[in-house]
Amino acid sequence: MKKTAVCTIENSTITMNGNMVFSNQETTFQEFAKEAYKNLDLNYPKFHKMDPLSKLAFLAAEMLLKDEDNSKTALVFANKSSSLDTDFKYQESINSNENYFPSPAVFVYTLPNICVGEISIRHKMQTENAFFVLDEFDENFLNNYAQQLLKSGKAENVLCGWVELYQESYKAFVYLLAL
Amino acid sequence: MMKEIYIIDYNCVTPLGMNLNDNWHALLQNQSGVAQHSILENQEAVYASMVDTEKLNTEFNSHFTDQNFTRLEKMFLLCLKPLIERHDITTETAFILSTTKGNVSLLKNQPSLPEGAFLSVLAQKIADFFGFKSKPIVVSNACVSGVMAIGVAKNLIQSGNYKDAFVIAGDEITEFVISGFNSFQALAKEPCQPYDKNRNGINIGEAAAALYITSGAISPYQFRFKILGDSAINDANHISGPSRTGDGLYKSIRNAMAEAKVAATDIDFISAHGTATLYNDEMEAIAFNRMELQHVPLNSMKGFYGHCLGASGLLESIISMESALHNTLLPSKNFKEMGVSQPLHIIKEQQHSEIKYILKTASGFGGCNAAIVLEKC
Repeated sequence: MKKTAVCTIENSTITMNGNMVFSNQETTFQEFAKEAYKNLDLNYPKFHKMDPLSKLAFLAAEMLLKDEDNSKTALVFANKSSSLDTDFKYQESINSNENYFPSPAVFVYTLPNICVGEISIRHKMQTENAFFVLDEFDENFLNNYAQQLLKSGKAENVLCGWVELYQESYKAFVYLLAL
Repeated sequence: MMKEIYIIDYNCVTPLGMNLNDNWHALLQNQSGVAQHSILENQEAVYASMVDTEKLNTEFNSHFTDQNFTRLEKMFLLCLKPLIERHDITTETAFILSTTKGNVSLLKNQPSLPEGAFLSVLAQKIADFFGFKSKPIVVSNACVSGVMAIGVAKNLIQSGNYKDAFVIAGDEITEFVISGFNSFQALAKEPCQPYDKNRNGINIGEAAAALYITSGAISPYQFRFKILGDSAINDANHISGPSRTGDGLYKSIRNAMAEAKVAATDIDFISAHGTATLYNDEMEAIAFNRMELQHVPLNSMKGFYGHCLGASGLLESIISMESALHNTLLPSKNFKEMGVSQPLHIIKEQQHSEIKYILKTASGFGGCNAAIVLEKC
């Protein structure tokens, strides 16, 4: 199994195969993501409706999947904080009777696999997908799982990786695998 | 040649019983866990399938002395305990936990994130209690998590890194979940009616379900179900609505059946998802017809247990296997009149039938779908 490309996103910087693609000094993740979207010329307005975890995963996937044929590319992602970033915001909207405003547009993002769905929709990928929650990044685990998808013929490539985000603490380490 | 993987034991904790036997007997008597409950303050009561907390605590106290557990953790521990007593944990045993929201109830009125809300912390707590030696793996893929966890266990054992696995799934009813589905206007005003003309939404449920999966030697006296095939394909259509074409579910079933090397005519029973929302049930009918599975007896267990989110798929797989062991098809409760545009063979009454090959499916938010094929051996 070989790793054909790697994208990392952390500290307001996007790196592809070790080369810096975009960096800015914005203070928040949301501002950074917005600037990255503009700078990378991503023409996909739905991006602005996504929660921060989906934006993080989406940006990494944009770098790696491009406009190629991804009809045999599986998605296997993992993180530590699940969707707790949005869970916490949603919970605040139902904590008190005085400020009780549950929103379906927020609630739908209280699942970590939504970010996988966003990528699937963007790249029209009707392919195998899985989301795991682990206490730390475990590349061996993800690679073993991905390898099984490749060996069984369920996928020809796997977009694999770690997409962790809670408030202003975030890191994406996403890569493409093939047999 | 891929290793052969078998499910050889299981258990569940639900509103219908604190163990598998009680559940099975309640189902044979057509009992349902669904009833009206006031869950949200200042809001109308909703129909939900809820575990009685007092009953849960009594049962828990008769098995465990340590009390430092949340309600959901108690359900997990009670469910898993008999399996741990019957099967050994080694360094090559995987522990897979499937849930959508875990201990999300701990977030209420907290100024910052409590440690217990992390799914990995929840999984580690259960793993430590029973002495698992490998790192816990949490599958969190919305409402397909429970079905997918079985496929994950199969794949991890086939990858050669584990010999066997304990798979547990659980989700509980919380203000968080009820308010969310309510904001989507997805909750039914009465007991849910999967596939029925008058269906108008979901009843949320709660449960814990567990099974033991192995590639090792099995006693000839032990029942066994071989996991023949699995697949989990995304619709790539919408994050909160099912695909109109059923593409993802259709492809999940097609792939799982291809891996299992079974044809539509081989399948004896389908345990479908059937949430009783307008669009989900219609989408399923389209997908099953595309696979020419419309003549296969099918039920949804949601009328008995409500929709137990990340636990539903595992719980329903277990009930399917129990149905196969007893060669008994359970009805799709609350179904009266056909309400989907494509034909389906929906089971109306409990009946005797030989069941060898089971197809279990699920679909969920994020456009995810999952299917597994099981064979009674």
